Amino acid sequence: MAASDDSLPLQKTPLHALHVELGARMVPFAGYSMPVQYPAGLMAEHKHTRTAAGLFDISHMGQLRLVGPDAAAAFETLMPVDVVDLAPGKQRYGLLLNDAGGILDDLMFFNEGHDSLFVIVNGACKVADLAHIQARIGARCDVQPMPDHALLALQGPQAAATLARLSPGVERFVFMTGGAVQIGDKDVKIPAFVTRSGYTGEDGFEISVKADDAEALARLLLAQPEVQPIGLGARNSLRLEAGLCLYGHDIDETTTPVEASLNWAIQKVRRTGGARAGGFPGADKVLAQLAAAASGAAGIADHDTLKRRRVGLVALERIPVRDGTPLESFEGAAIGQVTSGLLGPTADRPIAMGYVATAYAEPGTRIQAIVRGKPVPMEVTTLPFVPTRYYRG
Amino acid sequence: MSTKFTKDHEWVQATGSDAIVGITVHAQDALGDVVFVDLPDVGKTFAQGEVAGVVESVKAAADVFMPVSGEITEVNEALRADPSLANSDPLAAGWFFKVKLSDPLQLDTLLDAADYDKFAAES
Repeated sequence: MAASDDSLPLQKTPLHALHVELGARMVPFAGYSMPVQYPAGLMAEHKHTRTAAGLFDISHMGQLRLVGPDAAAAFETLMPVDVVDLAPGKQRYGLLLNDAGGILDDLMFFNEGHDSLFVIVNGACKVADLAHIQARIGARCDVQPMPDHALLALQGPQAAATLARLSPGVERFVFMTGGAVQIGDKDVKIPAFVTRSGYTGEDGFEISVKADDAEALARLLLAQPEVQPIGLGARNSLRLEAGLCLYGHDIDETTTPVEASLNWAIQKVRRTGGARAGGFPGADKVLAQLAAAASGAAGIADHDTLKRRRVGLVALERIPVRDGTPLESFEGAAIGQVTSGLLGPTADRPIAMGYVATAYAEPGTRIQAIVRGKPVPMEVTTLPFVPTRYYRG
Repeated sequence: MSTKFTKDHEWVQATGSDAIVGITVHAQDALGDVVFVDLPDVGKTFAQGEVAGVVESVKAAADVFMPVSGEITEVNEALRADPSLANSDPLAAGWFFKVKLSDPLQLDTLLDAADYDKFAAES
């Protein structure tokens, strides 16, 4: 988990007092004091999210709006992603790239209609992201940070039924759609912006509210019988089981979208031969790597253009294989490194993600991790480790 | 029989020159749910302070240091099979290994329960 400069005083989210009241163990994360776990513990919190509904405070993340008739076209120049054609009411995953094709941040953006995009970025990156966006496209649209907003996530198979009780109609949103709603009961009505999305692999919602309303909303959700508070520890194990990247670990400025196996996030319209091909930072490199990946699929792999790829790994012994563990071939050649790893509470076996030389990236390939000097056999596998349960209607 | 503690959060309970070693209530609480223990081989000899094992929770791995010099005479196979014993019963069923002490006087260098509790509360 990435933490930012620890010489600065930690910021608090609008839910800080509630976390302390609930008995959370608070840790520094992305410049904020955040709950890593509550008294139930990481394992119980993880399993609760997979079976009922978990409430996460993700207010450390950055929220902003890009507003103006040219906002979508401008934003599209920063990412290898189709922004222009995203319909109003829909959300998409995006990647800010540097000029070498490295990933500056991964984010979610939503077309609010009326020439307005709502964007959520990682907490540890938000200051740099704002500066980058402002510098590159600030002349073409109005870049509006939203520091007076909190962000909550309600995740799990019972999330939709729970939220629909407090905001009838939200159950009709499908994965990666959303809109403005009221959440409440007979006593309170809280204006919120919800999207049916999240970062656990479960069905669920992310809920943006005014900071002043955050505690009332959290208490209302926690009063529902299915809902328990969940900390960053379980958020990390849930997202790894879902095969999702953690910025700063699985992806960073030195990894490109293709190396990171995020090709699915690059829509056809931006690829070679597409109607709006290229035109994003690092396009030459990224498009060449896409071609190399395609040639690999055809059995004539171009390993010079695409030297490494992110893969899923399972250990064949019951030993957790963690971030930073070196990966070797059975002949002892260094071929890569683990970027996230733990014993998956739902997968119930040691799972990991990491980068390996392209020749070792095919699912089913056996390699070994060197854990405290001892080789642990691992197998390259497809992601996710636990089937996702997004609601697609 | 007396129980002593290290500043690395192990406990050691000695009877003559035989001792049992485990991790403390404070240690298992800080680690969270223990999912894996790497125990030393029986017959291996360690000096005081050497790493004799590893305990892993979902979120972190921690070394288990040898509280006193000696030879491993037995390891807790039940703990290997069910690492959560380190959480549920750290001072009894969740013990890690038994040691034949090579220098029982080393026990005097360790903390007693009251001093350890004070140390753990401050750390």
